[in-house]
Amino acid sequence: MFKSHRAVVFAGALAVAAVASAAAMGGERYGLGQTASPELIAGWDIDVRPDGQGLPPGQGTAAGGEAVFVEQCAACHGEFGEAVGRYPVLIGGNDSLASTDPVKTVGSYWPYASTLWDYIHRAMPFGDAQSLSVDETYAITAYVLYLNDLVAEDFVLDRNSLPKVAMPNRDGFTAEDPRPDTPVDEPCVSDCKTEAKVMFKAKRLDVTPERESD
Amino acid sequence: MGTRVNRRAFLRGGAALTAGVAAGAAGGRIVRADSAAGQPPNVPDWSRYLGSGVDAAPYGTPSPYESEVVRRNVPWLTATPESSVNFTPLQDLHGFVTPNGLCFERHHGGVAEVDPADHRLVIHGLVEKPLVFTVDDIRRFPPVSRFYFLECAANGGMEWHGAQLNSCQYTHGMVHCVQWTGVPLKTLLAEAGLKPKAKWLLAEGADAAGMTRSVPLDKALDDCLVAYSQNGERLRPEQGYPLRLLVPGWEGNMWIKWLRRIEVGDMPWHTREETSKYTDVMADGKARQFTWAMDAKSVITDPCPEKPMRRQGYHPITGLAWSGRGAIKRVDVSVDGGKNWHAARLDTPVLAKCLTRFYLDWNWSGEEVLLESRAMDETGYVQPSIVELRKVRGENSIYHNNSIQTWLVNASGEVENVQIS
Repeated sequence: MFKSHRAVVFAGALAVAAVASAAAMGGERYGLGQTASPELIAGWDIDVRPDGQGLPPGQGTAAGGEAVFVEQCAACHGEFGEAVGRYPVLIGGNDSLASTDPVKTVGSYWPYASTLWDYIHRAMPFGDAQSLSVDETYAITAYVLYLNDLVAEDFVLDRNSLPKVAMPNRDGFTAEDPRPDTPVDEPCVSDCKTEAKVMFKAKRLDVTPERESD
Repeated sequence: MGTRVNRRAFLRGGAALTAGVAAGAAGGRIVRADSAAGQPPNVPDWSRYLGSGVDAAPYGTPSPYESEVVRRNVPWLTATPESSVNFTPLQDLHGFVTPNGLCFERHHGGVAEVDPADHRLVIHGLVEKPLVFTVDDIRRFPPVSRFYFLECAANGGMEWHGAQLNSCQYTHGMVHCVQWTGVPLKTLLAEAGLKPKAKWLLAEGADAAGMTRSVPLDKALDDCLVAYSQNGERLRPEQGYPLRLLVPGWEGNMWIKWLRRIEVGDMPWHTREETSKYTDVMADGKARQFTWAMDAKSVITDPCPEKPMRRQGYHPITGLAWSGRGAIKRVDVSVDGGKNWHAARLDTPVLAKCLTRFYLDWNWSGEEVLLESRAMDETGYVQPSIVELRKVRGENSIYHNNSIQTWLVNASGEVENVQIS
């Protein structure tokens, strides 16, 4: 009796161990969560890739997008994408990336037109995200590309033409991370330099917000 | 008797409150008119009269005397506070854990106020079985708790052209460190079953920015977590309540808050946040795109511009060091602008991808000094100077400024952010 009880306990322990190790290897599942239906996924699956995957049927032109842009976007970005205040500028900056003041815009910097469609559709207009229709999104995207002289006013932007829009800075990025790119030798600890001269002082700029008690 | 005590306590409490309000208008800090009344040999009020009961503060808050220990933002930095950042007051913190209410915030569409009952996490794409989880489902998986720092890639981004913000909070406060609790992402991916072509994930937030970042599968299967708690309590709304993706050691923008969807794919998505933002423009105009890891970095948090020297003599220099590539191995401190370095004492525990507190005993003679700290991690990496960083990257990369910080302490004890040769 005593012996069989211990045998049962031992067998039970083995079974628990088997379940745990199988789960760790991904062979055993916890049975949590429900199957996500295609309809459920479709409502949230809004991302678009550079190859066009995710772009829905629909279309728009810059000519059609101008009015929508002026109504939905110009309050922050300006009527021509020149920006209001500190909101993002959408045009210009060509040949500025190697200068002392790079201006990173859709035309000068963005490598893929798909990113523009994806971002407008998911996050714009600021404060009323995902309110634009598919056709409005195509039209606004076309208008912004047109403002950057990347498509003609009557160019029809759709799921087939958008991935083919040539973005000027397409080859301006390197995917590989070259770091570490600074010396990693055993560092000097004594008499490392003869002079430590102050080159910049933050107080001279005087842009630090004052504290309440200052 | 009891009534009399209570009434006296109430009257005195009212007087204190009035003084506090008056002082608050002056500077936000409670300043007592007659502070000596609370000092020995006098018996202070709090030693005589009853304090508040256990029902007064169901969720406690810091002492009113610590009201200056708050997150702060730089209004001119961004167009709107909903798409902006504030900063952790590193200069006022001790140890390596950041209190939940002081963890810096970076939002792109404001704080999503998510009802957990309606929140879902969907995993789909190149998986055997697309799944949708409730928050309760996620909490039923075997949990793990881990300390990790979280640093914005743009921490220190204002300092590339020269010393700009005269504040430890503003130069280094886009970092925090808490104990996270959640479920390994690989557990969730195994539940859905990865297809052979799976190489990348897209993580998406439920906020009004629909924040999205591509994450390589290797990292997802290595140490990523889906967290629901920080420092023992549920995530704060501003930190992604009810679910947040953790990408330990990598730039904070990838730690998708209000996580609602993970799509498995075979290539990166090149979202706005990984093309037009969070890419590093070099001097020649070319940009590094996928620079995810946060390299080793450190900063002295006391003294610093907010913590001036008040007297000569003994003062323990203290600060924080961290590396996204592993554990901190050593921190050196210099008091002469990098001519000579002294090994600091690392407070334990020293954990990988976590803030590490360091100390150096110091006696200030009252002379002008240049303070610096230099971190090294277990990979052998050495924190560079800003001069070395500019030499290879120019001044326009905005992100990944992990350079050595210099504080100038002048003869009157004031501390200033400077950059040196």
